This record gives sequence, C-alpha cells and structure tokens, in this order.
Amino acid sequence: MSLDKATVAKIAHLARIKVPDEELESLAGELSQILTFVEQLNEVDTKDVPPMTSVAAQKLRRRKDEVTDGGYAAQVLSNGPETAEGFYVVPKVVE
Amino acid sequence: MTALTHLTMAEALDGLAKKEFTAVELTEAHVRAVEAVRPFNIFITETPDAALSMAKASDERRVKGEAGPMDGLPIAVKDLFCTKGVPTTAGSHILDGFKPEYESTVTSQLWRDGAVMLGKVNLDEFAMGSATITAHQGETVSPWSPGAPGAWEKKIVAGGSSGGSAAVIAARAALGATGTDTGGSIRQPAGYTGTVGIKPTYGRCSRWGIVAYASSLDQAGPMTRTVEDAAIMLRSMCGFDPKDSTSVDMPVPDFRAALTGDIRCLRVGIPKEYRVEGLSPEIAALWDQGIAWLKEAGAEPVEVSLPHTKYALAAYYIIAPAEASSNLARYDGVRYGLRVEGGNLKEMYENTRGAGFGKEVQRRILIGTYVLSAGYYDAYYNKARQVRTRIKWDFDEAFKSCDVILTPTAPSTPFAIGEKMDDPVQMYLNDVFTVPINLAGLPAMSVPAGLGADGLPLGLQLIGRPFDEETLLRVGHVVEKAANFTALPPFMA
Repeated sequence: MSLDKATVAKIAHLARIKVPDEELESLAGELSQILTFVEQLNEVDTKDVPPMTSVAAQKLRRRKDEVTDGGYAAQVLSNGPETAEGFYVVPKVVE
Repeated sequence: MTALTHLTMAEALDGLAKKEFTAVELTEAHVRAVEAVRPFNIFITETPDAALSMAKASDERRVKGEAGPMDGLPIAVKDLFCTKGVPTTAGSHILDGFKPEYESTVTSQLWRDGAVMLGKVNLDEFAMGSATITAHQGETVSPWSPGAPGAWEKKIVAGGSSGGSAAVIAARAALGATGTDTGGSIRQPAGYTGTVGIKPTYGRCSRWGIVAYASSLDQAGPMTRTVEDAAIMLRSMCGFDPKDSTSVDMPVPDFRAALTGDIRCLRVGIPKEYRVEGLSPEIAALWDQGIAWLKEAGAEPVEVSLPHTKYALAAYYIIAPAEASSNLARYDGVRYGLRVEGGNLKEMYENTRGAGFGKEVQRRILIGTYVLSAGYYDAYYNKARQVRTRIKWDFDEAFKSCDVILTPTAPSTPFAIGEKMDDPVQMYLNDVFTVPINLAGLPAMSVPAGLGADGLPLGLQLIGRPFDEETLLRVGHVVEKAANFTALPPFMA
C-alpha cells in the first residue's frame, strides 16, 4: 500500500496535526513502508475468527449509578493553559 | 559492608530491620547517586527533597513498628505515571508544565508500602519506542556504554520505552523502578541492561493514572536487579482497583514465597517459531544454555508451536497506533500542557499537536487514524484484531502441553544510538519476541543470562499462563541462579 501526499495531508487534518508541506513527501514514504509491512496479515486465514475485544475473560463490572467523585473544579482546571471563571477558554467557535 | 547503592531490595530491607542504617542514610546515598548519573540523562525530574522527607517518615514508622513491605526503599518512577504535584511529561513537549492533581494507583500503592521516590525517569515519548531516544528531553545513554561518561567511545541505548528505569537501576542510582510494557517496553530494556523486568498479566496492575498509549496492551510492572526484588515490588504494585474497568479482582499472592527453587517436573515450552531468521548465533546459543539450565534443575523441555508469531508485529502496529490515535486525542491545548495559538479553534488544535508531538508519535497517530478511517477499518483494524485472537489461541494451545515458555528477550544485543534509525520497521523488529505476549495479555519477564561478544547484556524471557506470575518468578529465579550474572556496567554511581 502506498500513500500519496494528498492522502497524508488528509489524514493529518483528520488527526488535527499540522504537517508542513515539505514534510508530506517523506512522511508518505514512511507511512507506506509501515502499511506495506502490515499487509502480510492478509496471509492469515481469519474466516470465522472473532476479532478480539478483550484479553481478559471478564465482563465489565457494574456499579450503582451515583456520584462517587467530583466537586473540585479548581483542581480540574489548574492545568489549563487558559481558564476563566471556572471554564476552559478556547478560541471563538460560533460566528 | 557493601555500598548502600549496591544492595538489593531484600538486603536493604534486612539492613533497615537490623538498624544497620536508616532509610535517610540509604536515601542520601541514592540522592548522591542520582546526581552522579546526570551525564546519562536518566532523570527528567529529580525529587531529592521529597525523597528525604519520605525517608524520614519511613524511619519514624519503623521505630513505631509500622514499617510496610517496601519501607525505606528508594525507587525511580517512569515519567508516564502521574505523581501528584510532580511534573509528569510522558517524555513529550505537549505535556509541558503538567502537574497532576492526583496520584496513579500503582505509585500510590508503592508509597503506601513505604517506598521512597527519587524522581521521574526518561522514556520514549508516550512510551512509543525501543531505545529511549525519542523524548523531548533527549536520549538516555546506557551505563553499559564503553568509555568515560560524556566521552563515550560509543553511546549504547538502554532499550525502551522504559529505558530510564532500566538505566537507573543498572547504574546503581535506584534499587528499583516502575516500568510500563505495551509491546516489550519493560522486558527489552531489562534485557539490554542486565536487569530483571516483569510485565504482569493484563489486569494485574491498575492502569489508572498512567498516561495511556494503547489501553488493551499497556501494563505496569517492576524493574529491579534481582528476581527476588521483582517479587517484592510486584506485590506492592498489583491489586484490584475499581477505577480501572479492566483491573481484575483477584487476591495478590506473596510472590516471594514462590521462589522455592523447585521446578522439578515442570514442562518448559520452547516455541520453534522463535528461531527466527536473523537471530544472532550467540543468542541462539544462550537460549540453548537456558534450556540446559532448566533441564539440570529437573524441568522437562518440550517443543511447542506458536504458528502466528510472525504476524504479531504487523497486528501490533495496527492495534497499538489505532488505540494511540484515540487516546492521544485528548492533547489538544485546552485542558493541560502546551497550547500553540491559531486563527481559530481547529488551527489551534493543529498547531498545538504539530508542535507538541515528536515525529514517532505523529507517525503512529497518523497510522492509527488511517486504519480506523472509513473504508479501511475492516481491512486493517478488524483484520488485526482477528489475527490477535489467533495469536491468543496459539498460546492457549501451547499451554496445554507446557507450564511456562522460554525464549530470548530480544533478537540481538543493544545497539548504538544512531543505528537502526532510518527505517521505522527495522526498529520495530526489536520487539519481535515481546509483542506477542502483550497481544495475548500474558505475564512475562526478562532475566539477565549472559554477555554477548561485545560485552553487552543478553536476557532470556519467560512467559506464563494468565495470572500465574508465581511460576514465572519461580522459574526466573532458577535461571538467575544458574546464569549467575555478576557482570557490572562500566559506570556505576
């Protein structure tokens, strides 16, 4: 599998990572190498094999639907690059 | 008396109990050692003040007869574990300035049991790597590198991603260290530095408060200089945690009690598919030697087959990046760490993540994004998960005819920084023997077993049944005794 520059640019946009134009070419090469490497999986017969969802043979635990934690907004916000009045501040998103 | 920094954990506990030295003296010796290893770039954050106050509290507990199972033992923490009030970077620029408001479950259990924190140690960025060379804070140099510190003839890698943890114990600057293992990140650096590392069964150690890489594969574990020490530290790290939905509610045994030395009649599986092309002859010979040691101790080697071994790396390099692309979506410049402004919200995200993530992390996020995108999900991601099931079935089948499996830890001795760097796939091949174990969720450990012709350490890997860390440790202890690995790195603090 070989990826072109346009595809890499599209994936980078989906992943919200800014990749400078001049790096797209080499990145396309590296990603193509990896995708070529993983193509060998097509040799494996996986007919009727269930895709693994969990290595541990256990059901997800349930608990009562009740508040067990919380009430410390200041700590939650303490690492925010920009906060105000109990909120995170982000660039304007509504015109 | 042996220098305090050269003691094993078991010896140190003994000395503390007999009042031969105090936890403060033991910690002071290690704080000096931490300073001495600075040229190797092992620590991202040193916490000498916290260490000394923890040591003082430990001595007070001991006087009152309240000493815990690891009381007074100075250890280092991989900088992937959140530590309250202490910077936690995951080796990434994107977590600049991040000081967690909470403590990871595993580290909180270590402090509960009396361990002393020396600081946070280096790793590959977000634990993605096999050499500890990709962190924003720079590469870690192995104490096994020949030459004087700073003027090495050649800089040898400590392995990765828990390379700082491996280097710090090999350099005698900590008695133990926490590691995490997603595809071999505890076992490979342990093998490369002549130390012991255990990746427990998936679900044994809580993942809560550990920066996530690939959640279905990540598992924390101890790194130490002896098998007995690994047993001591593992016991403190394990245990049920309701805050991790995959934590398993099972009693934690006294792992030290498993080290009986008796492995008579135990069946040791030797997987024929691990004799891969490119396996160095000295490693093949060491593996044969390991088989002979176990046979002499009364175990019975049996050939087993793990036919899908060769597909494990390919499955891993789909599943791990897929999970990583989702886990690392949270680093967006809003809630913690780095923010690089842009004209609008989307640009701010893209600028922040473009500047904050290193090259290898970006590569893996992009691969993950691609294999999960519409049209490719079935061809890549689901296919990989099906192959993962077959790999697990291989192990289920093999464990019908054996109790533990013996393999080499890595296909070669540690390489020099700068080698193997051009082709990402070449770098991934380091993990060929360790990755299948994470895919199957099994416990495994690396035990130092010898030196290569280049004078660098080689490890043997043991793989156990789910939740049978006790057999793993028992056999590991026998290998350790037989190998009698006494070689020391050229530099020790």
